[in-house]
Amino acid sequence: MQRTYPQWRQYLTLFKIRFIAGLQYRAAALAGIMTQFAWGGMTVLLYRAFYLADPAAFPQSFEAMCSYIWIQQAFLAIFMVWGMDPEPFNLIKSGDIAYELCRPVSIYWMWFVKSSAIRLAKAVLRCMPLLIFALLLPEPYRLILPDAGRLLLFAVSVLLALVNIVAFTLLIYISTFYTLDSTGLRSLLSTLAEFLSGGLIPLPFFPDSLQRVLALLPFAGMENTPLQLYNGTLTGSQAAFGIGMQLLWAAVMIGTGVVWMRCALKNVVAQGG
Amino acid sequence: MIEVEHLCKTFTVSRRDAGIRQAVSALFRRETEKIRALDDVSFRIEPGEMVGYIGPNGAGKSSTIKVMSGILTPDSGVCRINGLVPWKQRKEHVRRIGVVFGQRSQLWWDIPVIDSFMLLKDIYRTPDAVFHKNLSQLTEMLSLQEILRTPARQLSLGQRMRCEIAASLLHEPAVLFLDEPTIGLDAASKLAVRDFICQLNREKGTTIILTTHDMQDIEALAGRIILIGKGKILMDGDIEDFRRQLSPVRTVTVSVRKFADMVLPDGVQLVQKQGETGGRMIFTTDTGKVAVPQLIGLLSEKLEMYDLSVENVSMDALVLSLYRKYQI
Amino acid sequence: MRLYFHYLSLHIRERMEYKKSFLLNLMGQFLGSFSAFLVIWFMFARFHSVKGFTFSQVLLSFSVVLMAFSLSECFFRGFDTFSTMIGNGEFDRILVRPRNTVFLVICSKLQLDRLSRMLQAAVMLGYALPRCGVEWTLPRIGVLVMMIGCGMAVFCCLFICGATLCFFTIESIEVINIFTDGAREFGAYPFAVYGKGILRLLTFVVPLACFQYWPMMWLIDPESPVFYAFCPIFSLLFIIPVSLLWKLGVKKYCSTGS
Repeated sequence: MQRTYPQWRQYLTLFKIRFIAGLQYRAAALAGIMTQFAWGGMTVLLYRAFYLADPAAFPQSFEAMCSYIWIQQAFLAIFMVWGMDPEPFNLIKSGDIAYELCRPVSIYWMWFVKSSAIRLAKAVLRCMPLLIFALLLPEPYRLILPDAGRLLLFAVSVLLALVNIVAFTLLIYISTFYTLDSTGLRSLLSTLAEFLSGGLIPLPFFPDSLQRVLALLPFAGMENTPLQLYNGTLTGSQAAFGIGMQLLWAAVMIGTGVVWMRCALKNVVAQGG
Repeated sequence: MIEVEHLCKTFTVSRRDAGIRQAVSALFRRETEKIRALDDVSFRIEPGEMVGYIGPNGAGKSSTIKVMSGILTPDSGVCRINGLVPWKQRKEHVRRIGVVFGQRSQLWWDIPVIDSFMLLKDIYRTPDAVFHKNLSQLTEMLSLQEILRTPARQLSLGQRMRCEIAASLLHEPAVLFLDEPTIGLDAASKLAVRDFICQLNREKGTTIILTTHDMQDIEALAGRIILIGKGKILMDGDIEDFRRQLSPVRTVTVSVRKFADMVLPDGVQLVQKQGETGGRMIFTTDTGKVAVPQLIGLLSEKLEMYDLSVENVSMDALVLSLYRKYQI
Repeated sequence: MRLYFHYLSLHIRERMEYKKSFLLNLMGQFLGSFSAFLVIWFMFARFHSVKGFTFSQVLLSFSVVLMAFSLSECFFRGFDTFSTMIGNGEFDRILVRPRNTVFLVICSKLQLDRLSRMLQAAVMLGYALPRCGVEWTLPRIGVLVMMIGCGMAVFCCLFICGATLCFFTIESIEVINIFTDGAREFGAYPFAVYGKGILRLLTFVVPLACFQYWPMMWLIDPESPVFYAFCPIFSLLFIIPVSLLWKLGVKKYCSTGS
């Protein structure tokens, strides 16, 4: 009897399992929240020192900056490019990838779903306490709560950022098929991505000439775009441009990844390993 | 000499049901359960003995090994190995023992085996003369000549295990703990490892304690078996004792052209019948009531047989029946 | 000590098995700390000074912290991957060796890739030294060396501290990162930038400011009291609670197992 089992169900189950697994680590989550709160607090204090040094030179409002920092910390698990699931690396290096090849699902999408579930689970678990803390802080350090329209826009953009980041990390996974030991490439690319996506300082703090180039690269959409949408620095046509770039780069990176994965797997089969 | 008396150890583990709701509620409240990993464990092992330490997964095998190798401190009880208490005099103690964890490697993955050996020499501060004597002996006994210069990652599992064992013996320990040394090996490698262990025990008088799930290992190696289940020592004795005591039952398999009905004497059972009108019939007999030759005589009268085999009960079945007897 | 060099040579040989990856890793590490430098540069292009500190003075504090961090990291980062060592039973293996446990953990992982960070710290120090407005006399150079040396000791203690947490929970706890990686990032600026409360915390609880802000004040401001110069020595007291904590952790591990 032929029964059609919807493809997406497998991915949903996989997503659910990873999600629950992520929820298990209670102490780690608590420690993570504390770390991120402390980290965010230190960053706020640092920017305050700069703000006091020369308020006129600050490229965006101080309140918006604080919101940028808190949202960044709250959803850090999504944004940190270097926080990659180590399993695919080990699978490839040890050759256990053979098992994965036996399963009737596409490896690309399986890893995609798994990576995004891990990131999302961590973020969901950690964001609430941090957001509540940040909302309760005194002015001007507190997190501002934008109107529903901007929240919606932020939600869309954050999901697109997740897609962008996961697609990017998958490219790094696939490169492991060729290099076997990818720690070097991983650290190089994730540092680069973090810097250019606004992970260290928001893009408006970069020199103006650089900013124009950065807006066109895939990295801006991984972190800067959703955060600046949230705090109201990006509006109107700039917002549309930001989201457009996210969509474009998501399509490009996923397309490249799917094709490249196919080639890489052929290579593996040819090697017999 | 190894003396273990009244060793106890309790672990706390957390448990949780499946599902998202349970996962979330476990964030706030966690159910824990106490497990008695070791429950009044006592035994004595004389120098030069070779002992198989068996039991199902989670029975407390590796906890015992960990206590004896100084990794784990028990809640209560005494353990003295060559006069030393492992967890109190750790450094002096571990200098005199060797440990092989079958599922983990102590060799450096990317560099030749001999370099790992040289490092171990420094770690154990083995004198040059002793080290080279042991190295050449082990190289010969385990036929390592070819592979010493190969990085561990390029070795087969069997080759690697031989190197692991050699690595644990370079400092000439008086006691060797082998935790599942033949796991995952092919038949030839298993034989090589077993032969070596026997030879080591015979020639150097090394005391060997072996945990394994492979019953052939036990049959080939251990003169004495200690069976542990749920943290308790269930049996301690000779293999032959085990067989006699536990299982007087033998299995007789016959192939016949045509099945026939018959009345079976007390103690004999027809376990299985394969085929339509003729084929295989499997009987078991309690040798206390009906001896095997007697049963064969009986069967050949009634049936037209063209093949016959008698099986001694295997160690596997033996252990299974032990588990059942003690309900582990 | 001989054993340590033995380990060192093996680590170098092992890394050389994957030369390409090693080089990329060096570059990645370099880019990591270089981007931190770029951030400071960009910020100072915009703001010119922060809390009265100039670009060169900030670079001085950054290079001292980075130097201390990378030195300790080169040797003590084995403690960073400690949770995996416990997870895969490597620590059991260490316990069956007749040597000091801390020593063997140090030897088990040496991060040569971090040399690039040290190099960068040296270059920045070279740039900042003549420009930060300090007249370099022998005692001042002595204090600078002391800052780096004691800083290294403090970071080592922090790494061990973080590893010790693994004994008490199987989950990977990143809270110590705020004091290790965090100190590297935020220590780029003299700690006074973050306000009085933070400065006090980092002086008396986790003595990071003791080898950074206080002695640096003595270096750039001749009016400041002379005991500022001896603050780095005070930071060494941190070793005592940390070694006690480690002993406690090993004991706990031995009583619970993995």
